[in-house]
Amino acid sequence: MTAMPKWADAVLVPLISLLIAFVISGLVILAIGEDPVAAMKIMVTGALGSTYGWGYTLYYSTNFIFTGLAVSVAFQAGLFNIGGEGQASLGGLGVAVACLFVPWPHWSLALIGAAGMAALFGAAWAAIPAYLQAKRGSHVVITTIMFNYIASALMIYVLVTILRPMGAMDTASARFDPSLKLPRLGDILGLVGIPFNNRNPANISLLIALVACAGVWLLMWRTRLGYQLRAFGKSEKASVYAGINPVRITMYAMLISGGLSGMMAINTVMGEAQRLLLNSVEGAGFIGIAVALMGRSHPVGVLLAAILFGFLYQGGAELALWTTIPRELIIVIQALVILFTGAMDNMVRKPVESLFLMLQKGKA
Amino acid sequence: MTGNDTLGRQATAAPAGAPLAIELCGISKAFGPVQANKDISIQVAKGSIHGIIGENGAGKSTLMSILYGFYKADAGEIYISGNLTPIPDSQSAIRAGIGMVFQHFKLVQNFTVLENVILGAEGGALLRGAMASARKSLTDLAREYELDVDPDAVIEDLSVGHQQRVEILKALYRQADILILDEPTGVLTPAEADQLFRILNGLRDQGKTVILITHKLREIMEITDTVSVMRRGQMTATVKTKDTNPEELAELMVGRKVLLHVEKKPATPGEMVLEVENLRVRDEVGVERLKGVSLTIRAGEILGIAGVAGNGQSELLEVLGGIARGTGTVRLNGQEIALTAAADGQSRRARGIAHVPEDRQHLGLIMDFSAWENVAFGYHHAPEYQKSALLMDNDAIRADTVSKMERYDVRPPIPTLAAKSFSGGNQQKIVVAREMDRNPDLLLVGQPTRGVDIGAIEFIHKQIIALRDAGKAVLLVSVELDEIMSLSDRIAVMFDGQIMGERDPAKTDERELGLLMAGVVK
Amino acid sequence: MSLMKTLAAATATIALTAGMAAADPALIFDLGGKFDKSFNEAAYEGAQRWAKETGGSYKELEMQSEAQREQALRRLAESGANPVVMTGFAFGDVLNQVAPDFPDTKFAIIDMVVDQPNVKSVVFTEEQGSYLVGMAAAMASKTGTVGFVGGMDIPLIRKFACGYAQGVMAVNPDAKVIANMTGSTPAAWNDPVKGGELAKAQKAQGADVIYAAAGGTGLGVLQAAADEGILSIGVDSNQNYLHPGKVLTSMTKRVDNAVYDIFKSGTDMTPGITVMDFAAGGVGYAVDDNNKDLITPAMQEQLDKAGKLIASGTLKVHDYMSDETCAALSF
Repeated sequence: MTAMPKWADAVLVPLISLLIAFVISGLVILAIGEDPVAAMKIMVTGALGSTYGWGYTLYYSTNFIFTGLAVSVAFQAGLFNIGGEGQASLGGLGVAVACLFVPWPHWSLALIGAAGMAALFGAAWAAIPAYLQAKRGSHVVITTIMFNYIASALMIYVLVTILRPMGAMDTASARFDPSLKLPRLGDILGLVGIPFNNRNPANISLLIALVACAGVWLLMWRTRLGYQLRAFGKSEKASVYAGINPVRITMYAMLISGGLSGMMAINTVMGEAQRLLLNSVEGAGFIGIAVALMGRSHPVGVLLAAILFGFLYQGGAELALWTTIPRELIIVIQALVILFTGAMDNMVRKPVESLFLMLQKGKA
Repeated sequence: MTGNDTLGRQATAAPAGAPLAIELCGISKAFGPVQANKDISIQVAKGSIHGIIGENGAGKSTLMSILYGFYKADAGEIYISGNLTPIPDSQSAIRAGIGMVFQHFKLVQNFTVLENVILGAEGGALLRGAMASARKSLTDLAREYELDVDPDAVIEDLSVGHQQRVEILKALYRQADILILDEPTGVLTPAEADQLFRILNGLRDQGKTVILITHKLREIMEITDTVSVMRRGQMTATVKTKDTNPEELAELMVGRKVLLHVEKKPATPGEMVLEVENLRVRDEVGVERLKGVSLTIRAGEILGIAGVAGNGQSELLEVLGGIARGTGTVRLNGQEIALTAAADGQSRRARGIAHVPEDRQHLGLIMDFSAWENVAFGYHHAPEYQKSALLMDNDAIRADTVSKMERYDVRPPIPTLAAKSFSGGNQQKIVVAREMDRNPDLLLVGQPTRGVDIGAIEFIHKQIIALRDAGKAVLLVSVELDEIMSLSDRIAVMFDGQIMGERDPAKTDERELGLLMAGVVK
Repeated sequence: MSLMKTLAAATATIALTAGMAAADPALIFDLGGKFDKSFNEAAYEGAQRWAKETGGSYKELEMQSEAQREQALRRLAESGANPVVMTGFAFGDVLNQVAPDFPDTKFAIIDMVVDQPNVKSVVFTEEQGSYLVGMAAAMASKTGTVGFVGGMDIPLIRKFACGYAQGVMAVNPDAKVIANMTGSTPAAWNDPVKGGELAKAQKAQGADVIYAAAGGTGLGVLQAAADEGILSIGVDSNQNYLHPGKVLTSMTKRVDNAVYDIFKSGTDMTPGITVMDFAAGGVGYAVDDNNKDLITPAMQEQLDKAGKLIASGTLKVHDYMSDETCAALSF
């Protein structure tokens, strides 16, 4: 029954799901008395109609690539890491520590150091749920969710009592040294002669995210560790037969996953805010789950899904900015996209499958 | 393949004049380019047991799915009791008096027997009336057909054999006159299978019609009145069971002569390879599954472990294969093996222990992985599969897979095909190729031919004998007594986690082994 | 690439049609929302008053998330809004980054000083207003114990608390001031339930007048005080009407006036720091029909006297933020 070509499975089905989600969103907008076509126009032009919009879209996408990859890696190993939010928060702390307390001679070194610290902090935050799962069988879904709350409380404590400069009113750390400012995407593209708006937060982290995509692909499909991760994810029982140690693999998967989540912080904390803000993750950890689901836990899929969600985020912000459509509606649209592309995937897949079956029969 | 056609016979098995329960005329069904059923016609007489035999993938299940309304035939007609009856869905099949017992039961595990029986046939929004009447008809059915099941027992507490009875009861409760059973003995112990056959005989005597789908020749010979043989989507013959014999049926199924008996030279045991002393294993809840097992195997001999499933054979294989932990002493080639490490399969393989596990679908293979990924499974650390310290050499593994597929006759020989897309026999050949091709000193092999078609059984048996003849030690676990008897050089019988005794296959018989398997020691 | 061109063309069209008339002023409300009956609402009222009087239009935006502060600011500036007014100290850091990128746009920020050539910073002498309502609280209190509920624990709110405590002590040196902060994150601005709990806890400790300087959280304080039969003091806007006869007074901070003035001067707005003090009517206390029975003539007389001294500069109320110390109250 593998009648459907691979491209249809990977591209056509999500595209149709997306279309349905947008049509229903349009109906909702219509129902609250707004013009869906105009709304869509604002979203598209706001997010994709200028290099400025693209900059914001890609900035958000960068976050989602990291968290999406994080969820994907764990998911391939059969682990549902819902703790991206907390791991990314801790990653932010890692970046702040690296940027505030180390006198880096150059931003590039700082970037490497901050990325390392972000990954380290994120991985450390994932390590405890991972250990509890591997050794004690406490379900990783439950523990990672709980660790999101602990992370949030920890960040409040750290920001309010330790990192907040004397007399400052924001719950935020001090600004990083201006020399640590990361090159903006506009600067980088400018070097190769592509004009790109520079007043948006898209920065060099995007390139690191792309490298991370390639790295995860290489890891999962070319290395022994990735092979073991995937085998473990498909069947724990069989993996034990093959001599794959469940404790070790669970730890590896969650550490890599947490590290990727944490690295999101180089984009938000170092690339954009240049200081550590409270709640700098802004739900990207959870969006990562949707991105991984939609991207079929494959780096290429994650990349495309991340761009889609970047578009929804930026388009949604524009919508909130220029129309009276309440911001909550943007969340409705995002939820519909997740619903149709992730949860109700089979609703579209089955008809498409039979369509292909019919086409094939017609040919035969 | 042209020569085989002479073996085909006309479908004239139904005795003239006997009323027909089912008549299928010219059924064809294609899935894309694959012709699963091609112009199939069968007549099944009322009150008979009709066997349909064929290798995996011959089209048996497709045919029955058409009869039960899961698929729509591309061409052909179905007559029930002489009337043309279109069956577009399973509701129509049930209305036409057809009941189906699937290989994998469709029961709600935490419902009672009674609740499962009325599920989908509640006959109204209120359960009370249906429950009461169902309870009554259930006791009636149980009396009539010796289908004893406690109506209030919860399904998950029942044995597999009893769960199967519930499935049969479900069909009978829906007034089925025609009962289709798909590979019903695949999950049963020999004793449970015997009980099932008694029930089926009872059903026939009450005038019900039974269609039995199987690939086990022994069952066909034992219970059916007529048998149809399928091969590659076509019906090659329909014969009266008493007019045929296993060899002929096997030939009809496979399309060539098949050796049902294993030919082997006498063993020439050499050095001691495996010594096991006082081996004990506890399961997760702390129940002792192996209670002090001791055994030895020398180079060039096969030790067969006979026993009813669940008496510690699985645990024996698992602890030796490094899956489970245990206590006691195990020596391989004189070197002691530590039994305390978790997931120790890697070091066992490194020391020359290969393991064809009992459950290839859940242990031996990753069904979603491609064939080549499965060939590396457990040997993913093998030096020839590495490109560098980190990267695997996928090309090398694929090349090795192509070579193994050729030598072990895996069909189709496509290394990128997912394991689940191969038939059971070819899946097992992939496992066998992986485990045997490295010339292990000790081969652990469990249920090597479970769910494997006849052609592949023959091949796998030959491979095991060849390994023995190459001077390797083999520990064979099987619940098929025939297999144990024909392959083993020595037979040890396990019961309740202990070895009840050892016998020379030449000097024992099934009766004696059967008593040992039941725990009766003389 | 042709798709890109179409999109680019579409943007241009949208910019022309959907874009606003140039040089309309814009107002960004901080987290907590436009209708918080307090700080943001005061700003809203100021803008509304300007719109009604001049018939002009303005663009307004409610912040929903911390991360979109900068984006919102940039988008408003880019769209041509001028001047862009924002309420709340939290914009300070971001504005400091954004303002230099839009040298032709004028920005105004309330409650924070941002030192940029195109930014007007409006700050209030909250310690003065708080001092006066502190005096009123001490005079109205029968138990000699009064309460203070702050929002987020930041120096600005401590400034309120410190001024309040000084006023209390000036009337009754033996009085006890119980001060609590709702929390240490921005969520503390919008947690009326916790505000109510704090008020009840303070009443249990003997407080019979409670001053709430906590944004939306203060509504819970006022409600709880009314329910418990004690007096409360509102903040920022005149909140006396919320529970007539039960709110002693409100420390008014005329954010509405500040916004109104800025909108009125439009693009001619002069950058720099503007201090809105008691003398200038920037801060004060509200007396209206709702609380006129609570403020006795004797109290009024004392308050007037102190007010004159403050306005003339004779009475200096200590500003907590000047040195982060407070002699009258320990936190």
